[in-house]
Amino acid sequence: MSWLHLIVLAPFLATVFIPVIHKAFPKLHIGWAVLPLPIALLISLLSQIGKVSSHVSVEASMPWIPSYGIYFDVYLDGLSMLFALLITGIGTLVVLYSIYYLDKHKERLQAFYVYLLLFMGAMLGVVLSDNLMLLYMFWETTSLASFLLIAYWTQREKSRYGAQKSMLITVFGGMAMFAGFILLYVMGGTFSIRGLVEQAPHIAGDPLFIPALVLVLLGAFTKSAQFPFHIWLPDAMEAPTPVSAYLHSATMVKAGLYLVARMTPIFAGQAEWFWLVAGFGLFTLLWGSFSAVKQTDLKSILAFSTVSQLGLIMSLLGVGSLAVLYDAADERLFYAAVLAAVFHLFNHATFKGALFMVAGIVDHETGTRDIRKLGGLMSLMPITFTIAVVGGLSMAGLPPFNGFLSKEMFFTGMLKVLEADVFALETWGILFPIIAVVASVFTFVYSLMLVMRTFLGKLQPEKLEKKPHEAPIGMLIPPIVLASLVLLVGFYPNLIAHSLLEPAVSAILPNLLAPGDHFETHISFWHGWTAELFMTMGVVAVGLLLVLTLRRWVSLYDHLPQRLTLNRLYDGMLLGLQRGSSKGTEAYMSGSLRTYLIYIFLFFILVIGGSLAFIQPTLQASGYAPLAAYEWLLGLILAGAAAAIVLVSSRMSAILAAGAVGYMVSLYFVILRAPDLALTQLVVETVSVALFLLCFYHLPKLRRDMNRVRFQSVNFLIAIGVGAIITILTLAVQGVRPFDSISDYFIANAHDEAGGDNVVNVILVDFRGFDTMLEILVLGIAAIGIYALIKLRLGGDYREHQ
Amino acid sequence: MLDTLLLIALFIQSLAALGCMYRVIKGPSVSDRVVALDSMGISLISITAMLSVLLRSQSFMDIILLIGILAFIGTIAYSKFIERGVVIDRNRRGK
Repeated sequence: MSWLHLIVLAPFLATVFIPVIHKAFPKLHIGWAVLPLPIALLISLLSQIGKVSSHVSVEASMPWIPSYGIYFDVYLDGLSMLFALLITGIGTLVVLYSIYYLDKHKERLQAFYVYLLLFMGAMLGVVLSDNLMLLYMFWETTSLASFLLIAYWTQREKSRYGAQKSMLITVFGGMAMFAGFILLYVMGGTFSIRGLVEQAPHIAGDPLFIPALVLVLLGAFTKSAQFPFHIWLPDAMEAPTPVSAYLHSATMVKAGLYLVARMTPIFAGQAEWFWLVAGFGLFTLLWGSFSAVKQTDLKSILAFSTVSQLGLIMSLLGVGSLAVLYDAADERLFYAAVLAAVFHLFNHATFKGALFMVAGIVDHETGTRDIRKLGGLMSLMPITFTIAVVGGLSMAGLPPFNGFLSKEMFFTGMLKVLEADVFALETWGILFPIIAVVASVFTFVYSLMLVMRTFLGKLQPEKLEKKPHEAPIGMLIPPIVLASLVLLVGFYPNLIAHSLLEPAVSAILPNLLAPGDHFETHISFWHGWTAELFMTMGVVAVGLLLVLTLRRWVSLYDHLPQRLTLNRLYDGMLLGLQRGSSKGTEAYMSGSLRTYLIYIFLFFILVIGGSLAFIQPTLQASGYAPLAAYEWLLGLILAGAAAAIVLVSSRMSAILAAGAVGYMVSLYFVILRAPDLALTQLVVETVSVALFLLCFYHLPKLRRDMNRVRFQSVNFLIAIGVGAIITILTLAVQGVRPFDSISDYFIANAHDEAGGDNVVNVILVDFRGFDTMLEILVLGIAAIGIYALIKLRLGGDYREHQ
Repeated sequence: MLDTLLLIALFIQSLAALGCMYRVIKGPSVSDRVVALDSMGISLISITAMLSVLLRSQSFMDIILLIGILAFIGTIAYSKFIERGVVIDRNRRGK
């Protein structure tokens, strides 16, 4: 157990103590007790940053299930470091924010912080794991923790709906990813990610490669809310705002991006990978930004904006995967796209976290998040307004904020696609920059709309539930920290470029670097009159025009077909599944034993008959003994009696016929020289006929008029089929006897070994006495059961039948 | 010679049992069937006896006795059932 293991496990360990502390110090806001943990984790991670940025990775191993190749392997490289810092850093801020956001008297705080720490530990586990199974375990734990946190206010219908939706979608993707991991294991023979990266060239030709690729991507897309799986994210906004800020903007939704980045060394260079990642990313970018404009709820706007920005990063990762196709000497390097991806990933976490916290503050201080009711808060909440402006303009991609830089790099990456000459990009490559620009225009519109409609315009105090005022300082500190990071990174991007981003890029593209080499990651604020700058200027110009005329065209959204939305599809699918399966179950679970017997016998006919037809056994007549004439006659009697059971009109006669069958069977035992069997058969038959008579006496009066058995063709056919198959089976088995019987041993040793001459009885009580004991037990149970059934009359108004 | 005779006798006895079977199936009333079953039991006794001679075995003597007893008990039980509707009376002493 090393310190790296401890970093992953510490939050889990801490969850144990939270309820204890809560009980011991009921007056303390439990958040204060939680706060030191993420700070400690952050500091401990920061202490390693020197090592990581000089490309020395920290790793530790611990056996978990070694016999299956599952190790608790943790591994810290540039990519893990970037994510771990985001998780612990924003985790610290979110805990601080939640202390002021959640009321200690009204809320179940201990539950909140247990879930939150569970999530933090799981997320650290996801980004630090080297073992795929470990990664999957933590992955599902994040789904579970997210489920618990979304449904934190369990009394609300919408919270439960959102939690269920997110759970279903992310766990669906998680299962797909699990299958993909197993395929990877089948191909590579190891669960270790680094082990798989080493085998990447060998794996790529495998027929299982493409299924594994698609399945892993399914997991990443569902978690990172890519189209069409993004629908859970807006509904997850029912969670408390600290949760939305932490899980649904900065960390959990980026787990899918992490997975794509982590798997890039294995899958990159494949056309399927490029088109799926870049294509879905771009479409999500466009769809998310397009949908965000029509939202009226602050958190919904932010949710769709998150969807869109995640699509942006995803598409950059897709374009970046082209880098492996061109060698380092080539001028057209695509690693710039990967750099843009990790840079924007960091930037998005900062400004989106701040914006969510702003939305929470607005909600907290005014009682609503509806932008139609809000307005004119600028003078009342100046600090919040400043943070919102910084975050909003960074999101829109305006200088001097960090969003501007990563957006420029995004455009660079998209323009690079024009130079690519693989995967039919000569034809379709032109779409990349076009979609990028259109989506950026929408992004600009909703970012400005978010700030303007909340803080500018006229105050509408009559529509607000509370009298708005500035938030307490504790609630403002976390977004202030994030906003200053936005500015700091905006002005000095190279602070993190060399220490954080460069190791992350080299972790995503490890095979491109010669030992001791570095990627060129200098981010310049001003890079001349380039195409990217003109694109940004165009975006700003068109965006401003659209914002100013917003009220004229936003109603166009109402004309879009409402029936064709994905949420409707999801609800319809869920309802259809429920109805379909209940209808399906009702269709065959009729509750009638007759129907079930038909199924059982039909199955018997199909399986046994089918396999008989498949095997085609030889029915040779040579092995059978000859039959005397009287034996034919006795057989005829037996058959006649059996037929009579079915054909006679009265039940009494049917019992008599059954008795006749029993007696004839005992006669067959005589003919086949089994005196003990014949004896037993006779007695048992007599007793059971007497029991049948006993039963018939008690049949209700109504039913006493005895009808002939009704003829039903299905039953008839099934009965004929089963009889025929049993006959054929018996004849077929009789002809083939591959081994000698062991009965010779019993006959030879009954006298000497067991001291008896009746071999049947010796077998029953000596050689195989164990069976006999259990048969006695069966009879005993039956007797006690009958006694209990007759005597025990519990509940109900049973009058004993006289 | 004895075996041939026995086989012939067995054949004839089987025919008799078949006749009884016909009555069991056909017999207009339940009483006809009970009597037919009873006589079928007697047929079984003789078939068993002849078989044990044929097989040169004494193992089946018990069966002959048992069929005798059971046929009697069965017929009595049936008769009682037809007569009174029950096989075993609830109150043995009274009435």
